[in-house]
Parts: sequence; C-alpha cells; structure tokens
Amino acid sequence: MSDYRIQGAKGDWEVVVGLEVHAQVISNAKLFSGASTEFGAEPNAQVSLVDAAMPGMLPTINGECVRQAVRTGLALGAQINKFSVFDRKNYFYADLPQGYQISQFKHPVVGEGIVLLDLGEGKTKEVGVERIHLEQDAGKSMHDQHPQFTYVDLNRSGVALMEIVSMPDMRSPDEAGAYLTKLRSIVRYIGSCDGNMEQGSMRADVNVSVRKPGDELGTRCEIKNVNSIRFVRQAIEVEARRQVDIIEAGGTIDQETRLFDPNKGETRSMRSKEEAHDYRYFPDPDLLPLEFDDAFIEAAQDSLPELPDVKKARFMSALGLNDYNAGVLVAEKEQADYFETLVAALAKAAKKDEAAVAVKASNWLTGDLFGALNKAGKTIANSPVTAEQGADLLVLIEDGTISGRIAKDVFEIMFETGKDAAAIVEEKGLKQVSDTGAIEKIIDEVIAANPGQLEQYRAGKDKLLGFFVGQVMKATQGKANPGMVNQLLKPKLDG
Amino acid sequence: MMTDLTKLKIADARDLLKKGEFTSRELTEAHIAAVEASGTLNAYIEKTPDIALAQADAADAVIRAGGSKSMTGIPVGIKDLFATKGVHTQACSHILDGFKPEYESSVTQNLWDDGAVMLGKLNMDEFAMGSSNETSYYGAVKNPWRAEGSNNNYVPGGSSGGSVASVAGYAAMGATASDTGGSIRQPAAFTGTFGMKPTYGRCSRYGMVAFASSLDQAGPITRDVRDGAIMLGSMAGYDVKDSTSVDIPVPNFEAALTGDIRGMKIGIPQEYHLAGMPGEIEALWHKGIEWMKAAGAEVVDINLPHTRYALPTYYIVAPAEASSNLARYDGVKYGLRNVPDGGNLDDMYYTTRGEGFGEEVKRRIMIGTYVLSAGYYDAYYLKAQKVRRLIADDFKRAFEKVDAILTPTAPSAAFAFGEKSNDPLAMYLNDVFTVPASLAGLPGSSVPAGLSENGLPLGLQVLGKAWDEETVFRVSGVIEEAAAFSAQPEMWWR
Amino acid sequence: MSNIDKATVAKIARLARIKIEEDKLEPLAGELNNILDWVEQLSEVNTDNIEPMSSVVDAKLRWREDTVDDGDKQDSVLKNAPNAEYGFFAVPKVIE
Ligand SMILES: [Mg+2]
Ligand SMILES: [Zn+2]
Repeated sequence: MSDYRIQGAKGDWEVVVGLEVHAQVISNAKLFSGASTEFGAEPNAQVSLVDAAMPGMLPTINGECVRQAVRTGLALGAQINKFSVFDRKNYFYADLPQGYQISQFKHPVVGEGIVLLDLGEGKTKEVGVERIHLEQDAGKSMHDQHPQFTYVDLNRSGVALMEIVSMPDMRSPDEAGAYLTKLRSIVRYIGSCDGNMEQGSMRADVNVSVRKPGDELGTRCEIKNVNSIRFVRQAIEVEARRQVDIIEAGGTIDQETRLFDPNKGETRSMRSKEEAHDYRYFPDPDLLPLEFDDAFIEAAQDSLPELPDVKKARFMSALGLNDYNAGVLVAEKEQADYFETLVAALAKAAKKDEAAVAVKASNWLTGDLFGALNKAGKTIANSPVTAEQGADLLVLIEDGTISGRIAKDVFEIMFETGKDAAAIVEEKGLKQVSDTGAIEKIIDEVIAANPGQLEQYRAGKDKLLGFFVGQVMKATQGKANPGMVNQLLKPKLDG
Repeated sequence: MMTDLTKLKIADARDLLKKGEFTSRELTEAHIAAVEASGTLNAYIEKTPDIALAQADAADAVIRAGGSKSMTGIPVGIKDLFATKGVHTQACSHILDGFKPEYESSVTQNLWDDGAVMLGKLNMDEFAMGSSNETSYYGAVKNPWRAEGSNNNYVPGGSSGGSVASVAGYAAMGATASDTGGSIRQPAAFTGTFGMKPTYGRCSRYGMVAFASSLDQAGPITRDVRDGAIMLGSMAGYDVKDSTSVDIPVPNFEAALTGDIRGMKIGIPQEYHLAGMPGEIEALWHKGIEWMKAAGAEVVDINLPHTRYALPTYYIVAPAEASSNLARYDGVKYGLRNVPDGGNLDDMYYTTRGEGFGEEVKRRIMIGTYVLSAGYYDAYYLKAQKVRRLIADDFKRAFEKVDAILTPTAPSAAFAFGEKSNDPLAMYLNDVFTVPASLAGLPGSSVPAGLSENGLPLGLQVLGKAWDEETVFRVSGVIEEAAAFSAQPEMWWR
Repeated sequence: MSNIDKATVAKIARLARIKIEEDKLEPLAGELNNILDWVEQLSEVNTDNIEPMSSVVDAKLRWREDTVDDGDKQDSVLKNAPNAEYGFFAVPKVIE
C-alpha cells in the first residue's frame, strides 16, 4: 500500500495526505449553551440566545464535551493538556452568528497521539495525530430555496466538535480510508461521536500534496468537508492526479481550499471563500483557561471500554481467532459485543472453555449471521437473532441434537421468525436420530432396496458408499447422526 | 412632605418610603416629570413611564406588606448598554436600530428583584466608546453643570454621559453605568456625582452589550457614596451565566461606611503627577491627601512604574476585543440591514457596517483588526498583554504596602463640545488616571471633591485591592465628608 | 514608526467588512498612523519572560452540566431579524 504511486508522464509520484476530521461530540447540550444537539428539529428551534449571538450573551462551557474530548485523546494514546485555552477565530459568514468561531488554537486540550491502521493481511501502520481541539460548529446556509435569498438555520450553531488533526503520514487513498475507518471505530467504541458521516456528524478536510518519492513535501491543497470514506478516497485520487498533471505541465500548485464534487469526480477551487483569510486568532476574553486535574483524567481513562486493537489481540491470543475474523469482529463495537456474548453463552451451555467454542462461534457469526444480515440489509444492532439465541443454536450442534446441515435450516427459520432454535427443532421434529437400532433398521431397508448398487460396491466400486449414506440420510430426512450412519453402514455393506 | 422628591438621596427615600411618608408612585411620578423636563440634557433616549408606574405600584404593595428590599420603590435610569426585555437596547448605535432584546441583563434583573423602578434608557457613547458622550447616534448629552456665569454647555464625560447627567440633573436617583477604561469614574468626576467601578467579576456581564470583554464592568452612578454602596450591593452578585463572574459573596457595602480610616495606609502614586496637569487638579489632590491625614490615615508615596504605558496598552487591548465583539453586528440577526441594489451577502456586510457604525467605533474596529492581523499580533496585541501584566503587577506590589490609592479622577474638568472630538489622542488622554486600574481589574471610585476655578465639579479617585470595594467605599466616604461638596448645578434645563 | 498606507487601510476594512469611501482612506490612514505611532512606545518596555495577561480573573473555567435547559424559542431568536422566512433568517444570496 505504501507503494501507491501515481504514474505521470515523467515518472512516478507519491501522494502525501493529512486529515482534519471534525467529529461531533455526543452530548445533550451544545458546547457553550443549554440548547439541544438533536437532529431534525424545526429551523432555528434548537437555538439559545447565546447561539444566535444576541448582544451581551455569553458562553459557558459544557463539561461533558471536555470529558469526551479527553476520553477521545486517551483512546488515541494522546497527550492530555491539563491547561488549554479557547480562542476566537474571526471571519464573516452568514451561518457564523458571532462573526467568530470559538475554537482552540495555541493550546488545544489534546496533543499528540497515534492511530494504528489495519491494512489487511496482518499489516499495520501508525499514523500520528497532531492534536485534538474543541470548537463550535456553525449553522447551515441554504442557497437553493429562494431566488434572491440564502436561508440560515442556526440549529447546528454551537454544537461541540472535536477537530482531530493528523500528521501528513498517509501515502494512499487506502491508508486515508483505513485511518478514517479506524478513527470512526474508536470514537464509536468510546461513545464520544456517533461517526455518522451521512448526517455530517463526522466529516473530513483532506490535505493533499504530491512529490517525487523521497523529495520534500509539496504544496498542499485542502479539500473541505468530504462526508464519506469513499469520497475521501476518490477526492485524494483525483486531486493527486490534478496536481501531478499541473506540475508535469510546468505549473505550480497554489495552496488553496478546494471542494470535491462527487458527481463530476473533480475538485474545484473555493476562491470566493478563500479571499484574504486572516483569522486573527486571540484568546476569547469571555472564557477563562480550561483546566482540570489528574483525577479527572484518571476517571476519563477508567470510563474507557476495551479498545479495538487490544480486543483484536485478545481474540487472537486467548480465543484462537485468525487475524481476519478478529479484525472483522472488532471493527464495530456492537459486533464484538455480540461475539463476546455469544461465546460466553455458548461456553456456559456446552460446559466448555470459551477458547474451545470461540472459533466455531466466530465462523458462524462472520459466515451465517453476517451473510444473512447483509442480504437482508440489516446490521448487528437490529439482528432478528440475538446472541443468546445464536448460542442456543450452536449448542444444539455441539451436543449432537441436530446436525450442522439441519442447523442451517433452523437458522434460516430463526432469522425469519425470531423464534428460538429448540422450539423450531421440536416443532418440525428435526432432532437427530442417534438410536443404533433405528439407524440399523433403515440401513437394512436401504441395502435391501438397492441390490444392484450393493453388487457394484462389493465388486470394488468404493465410491458408492456415499450413495448409500445419502440414501440413509434421505430416508431419515437428514436427521440421522451422520457419524453413526458411517460407522454402521460400512460393516453391513462389506457383508 | 418634601417639595421636591427628586432631590432626595436613595438612602433617605428608602427610609421615608418605609415610614410611609410618601409612596413609590409619588416618588416615581415626580421623577417621570423630572425626566420629561430634562429633555434639553438629552440624557434619556427612551422613557418608560408605564413600566415605572407599574413597578412603583408593585413596590408600594411590597412596602405595605413589610417586605422592602434595598432598592424597593427607587426610580433609576438604565444605560442603553444593558439589555432590558422588550425595551430599546441599542448601545446608542445606529447599527442596533430597533433592537428590543428578548432577555434581561443580570445587573438590571438584580435591581428589579430588589424592587427598583425603571425610568428609561440612558444615552451613552456609541458602544461605550468615548469620553465625552459625543459619539452617540442619539446626539450628545449636555452636562447639567455650567461654568460660573456662563451659558455655554459642557460635555458630561463618557461613555456613561446619560447616566451621570440624569443623576446630576435630578432625573434619576441613581443610574447604571459601565466602565471599560474609565466610563463610570471620569463622567462622575465631570458632573459632581459618585461613581463606582467594582472589581472585574463582581457584576455579571450577562446581557450587557460587550465593548471589551476583559475590561467591561458595570457599576452605579449616584449622588453620594452611601447611595453608591446601596445600589452596587443590588447590582452585584455571582452569575453562572457569565464565566468571568466570580463566586464571592457580596458584602454589605453600606456597613463599610464607618468613617474610620485611622491607621489605614493611603498610597500616592508618584507617576500620576503628570507634567502639564492643571494646577487646580494638583491642588485638589493635595487637599485630598490632607483630608486623609486629618482622618488619621498614613499617607505613603508609592510607585506604579508602568503607568505611562497603560493608555497605549488599553488602546490595543480594548479595540482588539471590540473588533471581534462587534463582528456580530452584520445585518443578519437584528438591527440595521443596508443592502445596495442587487447586492449579495458581502455587500450587505460592508454597507450595513459602514453605515451603521459611527466614526469612532469604525476607527477602533480598524485599529483592533490591524493589531490582531497576521504579522502584527506579536508586536501589538501580545506585547500589550504582557505590559498589561506588568501594570497589574505594579498594583499588586503597591497593595502589599497600602490599603487604598488616592489620585485625581481626570486630568481636567469637563470641557466644551468639540474641544477634543476631532483629536482622538487628546480624547484618549482623559482616561489616563482611570485606565490603569481597569487593566488590572481593580475597584475604583470617583468622589466629588471640589470645584474648578470656573465652578465645574472635580473628582478624586480611590482605588482598592481586588474584591476590597469596602475599603474604597470607606475612604470615599471620608473624602465626601471632608470635602463637604454641597454645590448644585443650576436647574437651567427645567 | 508605523506606515499604514491607503492599500493597508482598504485591506483592514475588507477584513472588518466595513465600507469606507475611497476619499476617506487617506485621512483614515493618517489617523491610524497617529494612534499606532503613539502605542508603539510599548516597544520600550522589556517584556522578556512576561506571561501575556488575557484575563484579570485568576480562576479556572467553571463547567456547566450537560443538560438541555435552553433553546426551543424560535420566535425569540427571529423576533429582531430584518428578514425571516419559514423559520429561517433570510439574507441576500451568498455568491459561492
Ligand atoms: Mg480545519
Ligand atoms: Zn475546525
């Protein structure tokens, strides 16, 4: 992956990518006001007079947003700054009611950290996080509702964002995708952001530059507000290509802000917004420095769940999962939680160690359940089969009540109806037949009914054993214990 | 009953109201009439007689029920800087045309909670930027005082020009004011009124239109020290809605007026002896020093070595903050909107702000924008913030040795209209004695202490340690008593 | 000595979104230069190792609980708007 290259007319080029991710903090109220953060309200309904920048209104900080930023920093193994400062970033825009955004410039609440990328086949890569700072979101401007007017809704105005700034450590669209995937996974694990890119609660500014491998960093362009992982990859691809074409034609790259248009598959300059930007940052005199102590950080640390990297390692070492299955399971916390509930219930019911049943459980989960969910367009969160029900099903295989073959049919019914496995087995009479006498009787009948095949078998056509097994299973509607059928059939055929 | 209720002090009116000598309605009606008669002064830009009478009737009911509070039934004026729900709140700027807030400032709410009565909104320099009240969109305020034997008008000082004129002109018993670099103390000195700027963080800034957030503090204008103590006691108080409001209990300021400063150490900053300062100011200051000694205090020379850098520091810090605070006046959410024909959003910004702000406000926004801009931040803004610390440290060191500091309030008496309005730097120098304490966030008062040679009021400034308004009040009380300032302006405007 | 010229005044005015008539640029440059020359006396002061002071309040920021106790007042928010339509603030079209 790190050898991703753009082929130019004059040789290969390397792309250098850094991401600034804006992640909306999960909180009830806004960063500096008591208005709600919920989506979907009437325009300007979730707005306090502070958010609307009425004269004389003052910001007061929501402690939960601080806690979430600190938890996120801890989850990235980052430096936590016990002293940080809110600054004003001054610029004019219709949906920026104060005429400035309260952000953190010189002293962010979180310093350097690391995100570990999973690049498949056990390959990983570390991407540095430069900082995380807290800031206010702006409102929303709608330009297409009226011929003369732009409409402004301030419901988002003042919602807390974490801006997570990476180092320029990524070298391909895939790495950028893996970085976002991992970051999204982590914030969702710890519950500091819902990671919902379609709704805009996570969006990325993508810094792209190109260079000849080994050269100094080139001039970068910032592609603003890209709102899906797929678009981030595409934007990097087309922007890198654009830059290579310019440089190879003898031109230079202007450092500028650009916009990705997914419909046209191109980036274009936002010159109108770029004009004379000088943000005049200075410490917000309405707020005092943000300070907290070690006990606050420790409490935040204690509140963190097991994080995906640690969980994956444990699934592999303690439960014997392979890299791929472990990676798939930990990617989403709900999946990992489901798996752990499943394994615990199964081990308990089967009276075995978790390690003894984990691989089977993971195979069933990543194979049968994920397959069915995928087909049905569902996620683990709204799976019709609960982890406990899944464990009940797997136990029936484990203790020989049903065969693996029958289990697949039972699962299908479970998925459709939400019924328990045992009830379905009972209802449809799918219990495995393990009674020697009963099976022998059927074997005798099958042999008696197929004298020609018996003759051929005895003449040396060994393959016909499979035919007899099939006939026995068919006669028992698949319920005969396959191991016992094999065991009993051979001596009788051999005579 | 008294013939003119408007000449009463708050403390007396409070006691007489309680005794039932007259009602708040009577007191309020007398003041409404005085407000009407004060039109020439241009102190009030919005009168609220209906609100006043309703509040007065409510106050009378409270008094009858025996539930009087510190300001029950007392008619006051409110500087246009304070948000008053449903009532004109425009910081005397064109750009806030028609703005009526849907909220109440914490300071005025505290006054209403204590039973005060609102007569109306008071004129001021636009966004509190000025020292003569000549920058108001609603026109200048006239000082009730005139020079002896003269019919010429003088400025009332600024930015709380309407506040001081209403109180000196007997059209309010007290008024709210605000002080960023001297806007309570300097106009108080110009009008023979008492003004008190408390410690930064003592009064909530919630609902007070911001000029320079790290400096703005509310305070009262009254006709004497005791009234100031009563009124500040009502206005002050911790407020969760202001992150810079400090959770310290409000003492009983009135109880601090013991008149006893024996053994107290009063500092005289040598750097405040300005070259070229009028002799009458210097003479007044010496009188003050003698009064201190006579009252048994020890007078100590002190040094505040960075004093001369206070004004330049202030004229970087305040405009910088203002340039950002005033960015919200953009024609989108409230107030003035001017759009040229076919103009877009940016055109609206330029035109609305170009036409909505007055010259001084624009000048300060420009300065503030410049000193914060890329390449100049360190040289100007950061430098000023560092010098600000040195100035604050000067005071800290001085207050290790003294309990209070005594200085003149302003380097001159009130001046004539137009005398300084064309020379920004000359105007800025008015605040030379008040700005240092503003930068340090310290409490300071101005006490009427005498008359200039031509019969205009002069004030002395008392500065105290942070959170020690009580000492400021006590020393102010002693000056008041010693000065026995009894002069009154002739009521030429009525 | 500061030397703000007409172009600089125009640039600051643009940053501050204040329309200034062409013939006012020159006089304003003069005024701003006067003021800035005067404040430049601060450069005399030795501020090595001095922490910049942004607030006189010697305390840390107080935190609010994460409770929704505000908002839901569209009327109040829009009441003073020069132009509001369908619950939105309406402003002259933004040219992107
Ligand atoms: Mg950014
Ligand atoms: Zn940001």
